[in-house]
Amino acid sequence: MSRRTIRDATSVAVTVGAYGVAFGAASVAAGFSVLQTSLFSLVTFTGASQFAAVGVVAAGGAGLSAIVAASLLSTRNALYSLQMAPLLEAEGWKRFLAAHLTIDESTNVGLAQAGEGLVAVRQGFWLTGAGVFIFWNLFTLVGAWGAKSLGNPAAWGLDAAVPAAFLGLLWPRLTSARTRTIAAVAVIFSLALTPVLPSGTPIIASVVVAVVAGWRP
Amino acid sequence: MATVSGVLTWSVLIGTSVLCYAIKVVGYVVPARWLSHPRLQRINTLIPAVLLSALVVAQAFTHQTHVVLDHRAAGLAAAVAALVARAPFPVVVIAAAVTSALVYRLG
Repeated sequence: MSRRTIRDATSVAVTVGAYGVAFGAASVAAGFSVLQTSLFSLVTFTGASQFAAVGVVAAGGAGLSAIVAASLLSTRNALYSLQMAPLLEAEGWKRFLAAHLTIDESTNVGLAQAGEGLVAVRQGFWLTGAGVFIFWNLFTLVGAWGAKSLGNPAAWGLDAAVPAAFLGLLWPRLTSARTRTIAAVAVIFSLALTPVLPSGTPIIASVVVAVVAGWRP
Repeated sequence: MATVSGVLTWSVLIGTSVLCYAIKVVGYVVPARWLSHPRLQRINTLIPAVLLSALVVAQAFTHQTHVVLDHRAAGLAAAVAALVARAPFPVVVIAAAVTSALVYRLG
């Protein structure tokens, strides 16, 4: 395995894994137990969607709204798996393990190794996926226990840590003027819908902005 | 700690886990052309940006169905400042939490 692949994979795994503290804390602050919070990171294992699910519950939204928002946010994973399937050529149970580890980080580190050949792509994907899985789950537990022992989330700023975490995930995507405009429209749109729709549903309704903006090239 | 029902939290956990895994499996089991429609790809690449924007709004500026401006807005402003200064992710989150907690305790 090349040093570059190992370096890319481990640096991403540790850095991204550390976000798990924020998720663990947000989930407990939203009213999920430490066990449920850990199961989220073990079984759902796609960060932004996990934040969305607990975020909608924290906002007082219905369970269905939380599930729909989280699922919509993970639709990009279907496109990642489509890209990775012909490169990994995983068979049998390995295909289903590959699916579980198909997230932003494993796909992007894997594809970034393309210059060094197919073997490096596969190593990058598996190493990053496994590394993020380990650190994401460890740090989730740290955040969940930490939040549980702190008590009132607002007194420790946990209720502001969640939107800050979303903003941190959004920020790197705002690279073009077009994306910034679309994000601004989504902000205004969801603010305008807040008083008229049930809690949590303005989040899902914001997808209309993506559909309208992406309809034509 | 917020008090929400166990039925709600378990159903959200199970529903989210099942659907998110199903979405990940799709690309490994269906023919490539099913998901390769350009319009679907264009819309899909925009979904994270709009959903994350709406989630920031919901978490920072709303309470139930009301638009509110409270300590969380101060926290978010600190997060923006940290992001503009190119701070790493943990610093962004901690800056927001500390600022918000200060405003909450002073308020």
